[in-house]
Amino acid sequence: MKDRKTSAQALNPMIGRRSVLKAGAAGVAGGLLLPATARVAMAQDKKPLGAWPAGSDGDTVYVGLTVDLTGPYSAQGAEQQKGYELAAEHLNNGDPILQKISPNLKKGILGKGIKLGVADAETKPNTSVQAATRYIHDNKALMVSGSTSSAVAIALEKVCNREHTPYFTAISGSNETTGVDCQRYGFRPCYFAYMACKAIAPVAAKALGKDCRAAYLTPDYTYGHTTTESMVEFTEKEGWKTVTNQVHPLGAKDYSSYLINIANTDANVLVCVAYGADAVNAIKQAKQFGLLDKMKLVIPYSSAYIEVEVGSELIEGALVAQGFWWTMEAQYPVAKDFVAAYEKKFGGKPRDSALYGYLAIMAWAAAVERAGSFYPPDVVKALEDGSVLEIPVGPFNIRPEDHQGVINFPIMRGKKKSEMKNPDDWYDIIEIVQGKEVVPPLGLLGCKMGDYV
Amino acid sequence: MSLFFSQLFNGLATGLLLALISTGLTIIYGTLGVINFAHGALFVVGGYAGYTVYSLTDSFILAIAGGSAVALAVGLVMERGLMRQYYSRPPEDQILVTFGISIILVEIVRGLYGGISYSVTPPDWGQGIARIGSLIYPLYRLETLGIAAATLLLLYFVLYRTSLGLIVRAGIEDAQMVNALGINVKRTFLLVFGIGAMAAGFAGVINSPIVALTPDMGFRYLVDSFVVVVIGGVGSFPGAIIGGIIAGEILSLTSMVNPQYSEVMLFVAMALVLVLRPQGLMGQEGRE
Repeated sequence: MKDRKTSAQALNPMIGRRSVLKAGAAGVAGGLLLPATARVAMAQDKKPLGAWPAGSDGDTVYVGLTVDLTGPYSAQGAEQQKGYELAAEHLNNGDPILQKISPNLKKGILGKGIKLGVADAETKPNTSVQAATRYIHDNKALMVSGSTSSAVAIALEKVCNREHTPYFTAISGSNETTGVDCQRYGFRPCYFAYMACKAIAPVAAKALGKDCRAAYLTPDYTYGHTTTESMVEFTEKEGWKTVTNQVHPLGAKDYSSYLINIANTDANVLVCVAYGADAVNAIKQAKQFGLLDKMKLVIPYSSAYIEVEVGSELIEGALVAQGFWWTMEAQYPVAKDFVAAYEKKFGGKPRDSALYGYLAIMAWAAAVERAGSFYPPDVVKALEDGSVLEIPVGPFNIRPEDHQGVINFPIMRGKKKSEMKNPDDWYDIIEIVQGKEVVPPLGLLGCKMGDYV
Repeated sequence: MSLFFSQLFNGLATGLLLALISTGLTIIYGTLGVINFAHGALFVVGGYAGYTVYSLTDSFILAIAGGSAVALAVGLVMERGLMRQYYSRPPEDQILVTFGISIILVEIVRGLYGGISYSVTPPDWGQGIARIGSLIYPLYRLETLGIAAATLLLLYFVLYRTSLGLIVRAGIEDAQMVNALGINVKRTFLLVFGIGAMAAGFAGVINSPIVALTPDMGFRYLVDSFVVVVIGGVGSFPGAIIGGIIAGEILSLTSMVNPQYSEVMLFVAMALVLVLRPQGLMGQEGRE
């Protein structure tokens, strides 16, 4: 007790010999106890950020996944999980596909294994934010990924930005995700409403004519509103007229009143902006009300498995944009390996949800390798360096200005049942859209990035 | 004007379907006093079981029988296994236990069928469209009007115009006294709980050609059923029908003006009823 000094005494140059020895011993002991990464960090004058450096101390690094395993987008969430699991397996085993995707990728990430945590986001922003917070604080996750609803994606990129932890959407269609709500630590590898609508509008005008009258079914949240806005903009440039827009709640079951309103107009094209189980119910009921006998169906942002869920009778002739279709393996060698690996592990053909889960992990892993560190600002800067990955839909990179993925995607037409060569042969690809040709001009959607630290 | 009449008619059809869906909730709450949060899950179980039977036999009638039977069996197991211990417990305990059961049932369905939705084709006698003036309406939805009306009437007579209903209501008031009269109250309660569960399963099968089956769909219908029951009056059969029709008309007619607010208006109506007539339009004051 006699050796205890106040801070004023401690600053006094007349410090006793015993105190100096004690302080020195404590310093050496403390230094030895500090984890290796922390010592490096201190040496480089990098303060702890997010779950770094604690998250990179062990033999494995933790990635937190927030996938919708319940709610209207649960089919897509389950598919995303498969994509993440496949990516983790490829990285942990050092699969040969890694070198085809990027020369930076090798077994592990900076030699460490990857461990996935899976939480059900329930298609709800608050649930997903709670899961992400737990991942970062309790599990020391160095990366968070997963979304189908843009409301979830936007909430997650905000919380991960605050926590300085890179976040990758899986699916997020809203213009706002990399527009007004863009974040320094938020990344959207997938295509989205603006890109899809800009690409599908001229194809639809060519296929269905320039004088179409369109009726919209729009889910009442950021994805629905921005997709309809973009679709109206691009189809009206092609000469189409917008007749009615029926806005419905997310997760609606009965569309009868909306469909009666549409039936009461002279619309000849039904633009189904609804996604997931909502789209299935809307399309199914549109058929029951006789609308699809006199109207053409356009789905500008269609969900994985919609063709299986509504059946060939309803998807036949429909124009759809989707992030990936397995027959793209004819154009892209990596797609062939990806489809084969997915089939071997899970059975069946992969959909875009699986691809986007897979891509999120690969993009992050390659960036960490380029950065040579898990330090979040360095990883973000590596993601912004314009490096190109060769993925199952062709070359891919992230725009540094808004963190939007420049990615290709197909526009397709639903096949007749009699034309299907096998049970997975649902679509004809009309065009593979080059992502760089349809990304919005920089600044158009109002993105303003924050700081790195 | 034709749009107005079209929506008015659609409101009636939607409303009767909602009334049918809420039937199971009304039976169990109105007779046993249990707030069954597993109602939506039983609806889902019935729907999926019906889908399986329909796929195997191609008979929608057998699907209705199969879906109802599976829901009945689940209901009986629920009552014997757990609910019997909860009749005399506070409502919050009943809510918690039924909510827990609903999570288990939904996850079993998800485990068996996955998250992808299933479309059920209407039976042969329900395929096609009917023209009512300028309104084009799915034939199957028209037929569900009749199915719902007949089912509600049948259940009303069984539970309120037979000695079974009398025993149940007496048992709720004083189980010991009814037992003393030589009546097995426990068995009667079991039967009523089973009928409530079967009604939920039946509605699940009837609804399956209209709305695609997903494991989570029950929660939405649970909410809708509560709105219908609260508007009409808890435990009142005529109330469930009135509540259903009012809910259907609100959804349909407000969508003409602004579809964005049609769901919100449903809850506004429920709030108004709770403020002005807490027991519901046809409910009895003071009933627990």
